[in-house]
Amino acid sequence: MKRQTLICVVAAAALSAAVLVAQDIQAWITGAGGKPALAVVDFRGGSPQMMAAFNSTLYNDLQNSALFDMRPKSMFPLGNPQTPADLRPEDAGGGYALKDWAGAPVNASHLVFGYAGVTNGVLALYGDVYDTRQQNAQSAQLLAKTYAGSPDEAGAIHVAHEFANDIIQKFGGTGSLLNSRIYYSSTRGTAVRYGTEIWVMDWDGNNQKQLTHLGGTADYPTISPDGSRLAVTFWPPVGRPRIEMISTDTGRTIPFYNQDASLNAAATFAPDGMRIFYSSSASGTAQIYAAGIDGRGFTRITNTHGNPSEPKVNPKNPDALLFVDGSPNEQIYRMNAEGAGIERITNGEGEASNPSWNPDGQHVAFAWTRGYQTGDFNVFVIDIGAPQNYVQLTHSEGKNEHPVWAPDGKHLVFDSTRSGHSQIYTMVALGTQVKQLTTEGINKYPVWGVK
Amino acid sequence: MKTNAYRHRNLTPAASALLAVALLAAGACGKHTPIPPPPAAPTGGGTTTPGIATPTTGSPTATLTAEPSRIERGQSANLVWSTTNANDVTINNGIGTVTASGRQSISPIDTTTYTLTANGPNGGTTATATLTITTPPPPTIPPVTRPSSPMGTLESRVQSDLKDAFFDYDAVNIREDARVALLADADALKRIFMDFPSATINVEGHCDERGSAEYNLGLGDRRASSARDLLVQLGVPAAKLRTISYGKERPQCTEADETCYQKNRRAHFSAGQ
Repeated sequence: MKRQTLICVVAAAALSAAVLVAQDIQAWITGAGGKPALAVVDFRGGSPQMMAAFNSTLYNDLQNSALFDMRPKSMFPLGNPQTPADLRPEDAGGGYALKDWAGAPVNASHLVFGYAGVTNGVLALYGDVYDTRQQNAQSAQLLAKTYAGSPDEAGAIHVAHEFANDIIQKFGGTGSLLNSRIYYSSTRGTAVRYGTEIWVMDWDGNNQKQLTHLGGTADYPTISPDGSRLAVTFWPPVGRPRIEMISTDTGRTIPFYNQDASLNAAATFAPDGMRIFYSSSASGTAQIYAAGIDGRGFTRITNTHGNPSEPKVNPKNPDALLFVDGSPNEQIYRMNAEGAGIERITNGEGEASNPSWNPDGQHVAFAWTRGYQTGDFNVFVIDIGAPQNYVQLTHSEGKNEHPVWAPDGKHLVFDSTRSGHSQIYTMVALGTQVKQLTTEGINKYPVWGVK
Repeated sequence: MKTNAYRHRNLTPAASALLAVALLAAGACGKHTPIPPPPAAPTGGGTTTPGIATPTTGSPTATLTAEPSRIERGQSANLVWSTTNANDVTINNGIGTVTASGRQSISPIDTTTYTLTANGPNGGTTATATLTITTPPPPTIPPVTRPSSPMGTLESRVQSDLKDAFFDYDAVNIREDARVALLADADALKRIFMDFPSATINVEGHCDERGSAEYNLGLGDRRASSARDLLVQLGVPAAKLRTISYGKERPQCTEADETCYQKNRRAHFSAGQ
């Protein structure tokens, strides 16, 4: 009886610890004190196609930021202001007074409005954000800005992204998804058997296009902190894997020195973008090496028996690395930049791999088979300060691997086989707002760059 | 821990199968009864001797044949005899007293000459028959088939002559079945290099789809190296072999079951450049 009670107490303590961590991470993702409640009206003024593109882009960007409680349009009053001059505090009830938006049924803390117009071949967009709880129009105004774009759908999408980004910045969003892009490995656009090339798309899945034409198998891209280059593991049709450095502007290779070894692979960048870490078998079995950005000046930093791989440098601390080692089973370890101070991070269960540092240098997303069959990975997040507590973000819909943080530190991109072949997905790091971005071919190994 | 348990699960049936085969073999061997010592040689055997008085008249006659006269070890033949004017008929080599005429199945281990002794009132006689035992040819290990006429292309030879070596999950050590495959591969490689002196052969390391892709690269590299090292020990020139790890990027099947996983955990050969 006593023992049972003790077990119950311990189990309850473990459960509450897990819940606490989940709440911590939730608070960290969404910000303390609750989310701002945004009412975003439909903008008018351009062609119906342009305005449809603008309104959906603006809404999606704000929704995807996970910073806001987006209030449903069905609750909105019949009218709405298009310019600050339209605000009439004395005429409450029709939508032209801020308090029409602050009270029920809208219950918005902020109103986003504005209008567009095409003059002299330029799309001009006037955007405003007001705090609905302020009675004084002057103090209620949070943002008022004009944006310019081409007078077409692309221009409308462009100005919507810019406006959304300004709103996110205004509310303390860290980093930005604006202009960020996702790079990944795709079977599209190659005639080589087992061939893949690196593709790129906007962070919302638009503008998917082939970046490289290497003519072999191009996998495991990682991106430099400034988004200017990718390190790719490349196999020619018959031959050994080697590292290719790729310009994200041109898709062409930049000279890189590979060691004379059966294996040079899975390179990642240091936060300063001047050094890389990668796996090489130059000394016999795969070990982790540090080198200059051109591959020269390499030094071996590990000497383990578990095929050490996936070195990932803390963006806030160049002397703190995570890596994966497989003796006896794949787990995530930490070490310093000289390979000393090796310590296991994950608890030894299952297989753990694909660590990705949040831009805050504190949270780590990774793939783990804990609780599932060997090979059935799910995405987990831990705080590196208390790695024994974890939050599981996917729940065995297919295999979910290669989580990589977005520059905003709130979103993750990952690959999943939940729809059959591997495809690229994004989600908010609470496991919510999951979006499938690719559908054609087989798409894997995503990485999220600032551009 | 999980990995080890998995390995043990895999090995146990194989090990018990081996054990069962060994026990069966031992049992079968035990059933070969030793040849009984030959009976005491009849006195005066080999020539006609006077017999004890019986109602018969005339001298005894005897015939003895083995049908067929030549068999493979383990098969059986019939010993067939007939006599006249005899009242005491014996056959040596453990058969003993028999009727005047008869037939008996025999299965000696080695070539044996049987002697029938017939004694009657008017004397005795003998007859002999030899059963020749041939040894079956030893079971042959089928040689690695060489291409019949011209020696084929390097690619076709690599494909037809070289067999994959398979591995356990997350393991790089050479299993017994992989060792047998690589022994044959070593011979085949030497012949290929005789026919194609400038060729190099790739030893590819592959992994199943479980485990992370990046980790599997290192694992595949070590599998290729394990296979290469054994081949070099067996006399294949190291400079002719080139290891390549494909990790889990080039599976030969994609089903999510152990049959497919096992097919993909392999060292495989391809023609080099």
